[in-house]
Amino acid sequence: MKTNIGFTSFKYIMLITISVVMLMPFVWMLSTSLKDPTQIFVFPPEFLPWPINVSNYVEVLVDSFFLRQLFNSIYIGAAVTVGTLLLGSMAGYAFARIPFRGSSLIFLLFLSVMMIPAEVTIIPLFLLMRDLGFIDTHVPLIILPIFGAGGAFAIFVMRQFFKQIPKELEEAARMDGCSRWRIFWTIMLPLSKPALATVTIFTFLQNWDEFLQPLIFIKSRELMTIPVGLSLFTDEAGTAWHLLMSASVLATLPVLIVFFFAQQQFIESLAMSGSKE
Amino acid sequence: MFLGFTIFMFGPIVFSLYMSFTDWPLLGSAEFIGIDNYKAVVQDPEFETVLKNTFIFTGGLVPLNICLALGLALLLKDKLPGIGFFRTAIFVPVVTSLVVWAIVWKYMFATDYGFINQILGLFGMEARAWLYDTDLAMPVVIFISVLKNVGLNMILFLAGLQLVPKGLYEAAKIDGANRFRQFFNVTLPIITPTIFLTTIITIIGAMKIFAQIYVMTRGGPENSTKVLVYYIWEKAFQSFEMGYASALAFILFFIILIFTLIQWQLRKRWVYNED
Repeated sequence: MKTNIGFTSFKYIMLITISVVMLMPFVWMLSTSLKDPTQIFVFPPEFLPWPINVSNYVEVLVDSFFLRQLFNSIYIGAAVTVGTLLLGSMAGYAFARIPFRGSSLIFLLFLSVMMIPAEVTIIPLFLLMRDLGFIDTHVPLIILPIFGAGGAFAIFVMRQFFKQIPKELEEAARMDGCSRWRIFWTIMLPLSKPALATVTIFTFLQNWDEFLQPLIFIKSRELMTIPVGLSLFTDEAGTAWHLLMSASVLATLPVLIVFFFAQQQFIESLAMSGSKE
Repeated sequence: MFLGFTIFMFGPIVFSLYMSFTDWPLLGSAEFIGIDNYKAVVQDPEFETVLKNTFIFTGGLVPLNICLALGLALLLKDKLPGIGFFRTAIFVPVVTSLVVWAIVWKYMFATDYGFINQILGLFGMEARAWLYDTDLAMPVVIFISVLKNVGLNMILFLAGLQLVPKGLYEAAKIDGANRFRQFFNVTLPIITPTIFLTTIITIIGAMKIFAQIYVMTRGGPENSTKVLVYYIWEKAFQSFEMGYASALAFILFFIILIFTLIQWQLRKRWVYNED
């Protein structure tokens, strides 16, 4: 069994190395966020700043647009997710169960949407939103993701899932006099929790990360989302790294907290979406 | 739903194609100029650099990401004490905002007293101007991008590895196959569908890289990290050449399409269970 012990230690060395590299940015971010500006660039690097200084956090929270931008990100993400769930599940159900003319052709069109880079449509969409007067509002940031690749992905996942549910279930309900609408809400949706979870996780993460659209559509600082807000932080404050790191910690915490509580769900749902080709 | 997609997706695609044949300033009226934009793109020396950089980024990122993800999945596939911790550590960057990730790494790669240079200093190594060096900036961006998303592919590979029937390993062991033989003759062929899927997703993602570049280098130094989407953004929203930018966007679209079609055709040759 000697080779096995050797192999196991090799495994651990590899895993520990990569974990250290992965976690280092978080450690350094947290550490810097607790430092006084004078402590930032000292040699050798200090992991545990002393004295611990929380004034950076106070400054970020009180003095900047930070809280407003964090709120924008959260509420836009929630609105997009709810919209995508509603439209995606209804359209997915229609494609799975309601035969209509051109159904498969339209479904193919939706699938092709997933392949088309968002960058191709961003310029006409910018002009469209400008002419509609929606520049520097949250309207494009909420509407566009729902009808983009994310929406198409939701339709795809929901359709695949609904197809697996036995038809007999619906037929029995129809015998009892259920309308299609009621079948959808009271039978199909409650059964499709795993698919809904996948769509929720993907949509929210995707939206939390979206950078190009908010960069283009939003001009005023108080309307920006967190990624754009943080990226501009660098420009104008030069290198106020201690403040930027506190803001980054605060921007990362909500997602990390959700992730730690829903970890199993996260990983399962990502794995599911991948193997379901 | 269909109406929504028509207005916000299909319509803009057609419109964008039309725009690519016009001279379209942000303010003022458009003028139809046929394929002049495409002609200009071909002759644009900056486009050549940008295209090269996009391929360098993709060519560097994709193999690194796929190999590392597969390696990690193999290391994490069996139950070991502390495995939950390692999985979490590798997956946490995936849920972290890309912009935050890029900002923190930019700070760690800072020139004078950045963390990386300080660590190198502890070992007596020379400090480098990572993001201001034309040879180093792109590798740094590739490195941080691999770390950001490798967890996602790792999870897909873990799911793929579960599909390998346990009996096959037993049989291979009885035949005297060692770990490497087992990997190349049993595991690898069966997970080719997963490799296929992750490769396509990763290539498409790599072609569209933008936020990392915007945050870390702004295309510099000396255009060494200027990639296609960054160039599109610059042309459209900095110099307001909407028609030219639309032509660039269509070229991006065709490159992605061609890559995907090639992959799709080649899959019959190497993907298990496909005819």
